[in-house]
Amino acid sequence: MTCDGFRRFVDAHVDGELDVVRQAEMEAHLRSCAACSRVVAGRRSLGTAVRSSEELYFRAPARLEQRVRAAARRSDRRRLVTPSRIGAALAAAAVLAAAMFLWPPGSDRSWSDRTSQDVVSAHVRSLMPGHLTDVPSSEQHTVRPWFAGKVEFAPPVVDLAADGFALVGGRLDYVAGKRVAALVYRQGAHLINLFAWPAPPRAGETAESASSRDGYNMIRWTRSGIEFWAISDVNAAELRRFAALVRSRVP
Amino acid sequence: MGARSSSEAFERALLPHLDAAYNLARWLTRNGDDAEDVVQEAFVRALRFFGGFHGGNARAWLLAIVRNACYDWLRRNRPAEAHEELDEEVHGASEPSPTAEDLLVERVDRVRLQRALEELPPAFREVLILREFEGLSYKEIAEVAGVKIGTVMSRLARARDALQRQLIAEGGKR
Repeated sequence: MTCDGFRRFVDAHVDGELDVVRQAEMEAHLRSCAACSRVVAGRRSLGTAVRSSEELYFRAPARLEQRVRAAARRSDRRRLVTPSRIGAALAAAAVLAAAMFLWPPGSDRSWSDRTSQDVVSAHVRSLMPGHLTDVPSSEQHTVRPWFAGKVEFAPPVVDLAADGFALVGGRLDYVAGKRVAALVYRQGAHLINLFAWPAPPRAGETAESASSRDGYNMIRWTRSGIEFWAISDVNAAELRRFAALVRSRVP
Repeated sequence: MGARSSSEAFERALLPHLDAAYNLARWLTRNGDDAEDVVQEAFVRALRFFGGFHGGNARAWLLAIVRNACYDWLRRNRPAEAHEELDEEVHGASEPSPTAEDLLVERVDRVRLQRALEELPPAFREVLILREFEGLSYKEIAEVAGVKIGTVMSRLARARDALQRQLIAEGGKR
């Protein structure tokens, strides 16, 4: 691969958007080209600068949710009192809306099982005010002992602050019919929930497998007798990096 | 299924993405109050079109509507900005993008970064916001912005080049 060829795809490379073959070619080129390595370093430094600044993510003011709910209900009511043609359209919309919750979302990589559904629900619930952590602490030696006696295993708590994922705290949660440990990490404006619970006996180790559901990226794997699920709205490449870091730090 | 449950389904599908909607609108209008108006308008539109939403990625679907509402708002209120030309032909989307070399962005403060982002043309700004802040895939960004995946890639490359150069140039002046 030439430098021109490399630079044409450098953004897709940094963003984890290339197929395996092209990705391997890019990495081979990088190993032998200092100039292109600097280009990649420049891109990564920019990405880190943009994503690590929480003030650059503008969260909706609380009153906006009330405004939106009120406006949606007003417009919904207006539609209902208008004649039958619109009524029929609305009924069709209602059927589709119902279908949306009966079937898993359309992504071909979605998991449809109950566990992934529970993981999404637990993640969304955790983002509501006051639900994020039971033990807010960036100190792994505070978070880990907190789980003693609350779950029937010792969840591994790893410090990834140097890699851009700050520990926010821990929480008890309920997923797939069991009490599980939830560890919360933050990257810039994005929160990552890492759920952990004991894997079934003799489940063995499984490699990371990734999916998305309802616009959230998820990765699950099994290691040292513990099943892990990471979920977040960070991009898929960053979540993979997070999962690989956790996996490499768990003995 | 009555009106109550249809508006509940709507809220359940879309309200979790209110922050994403507001963040995009805030970056495109560059003003908090205007962003609130645009997001409210976008949710009303989303409700109208909710029947056309067949499940799938609710966030990308909503963001596409927010984006359109933003451009409509810009055309009404700041026509010059909405029509900022990209000149993709002149700058050659077909040739390899000129990639900024040796431009490490270090210790840049929030105010400078925000200004540099806001100075990008909206078409560049939006792909960067959707990528870096929302973590959307190129395919999702292409759907939201109504362009090809290759265009997403070249716009991201040029947006990042411009941003790196801007931040380094300003840093040098200090």
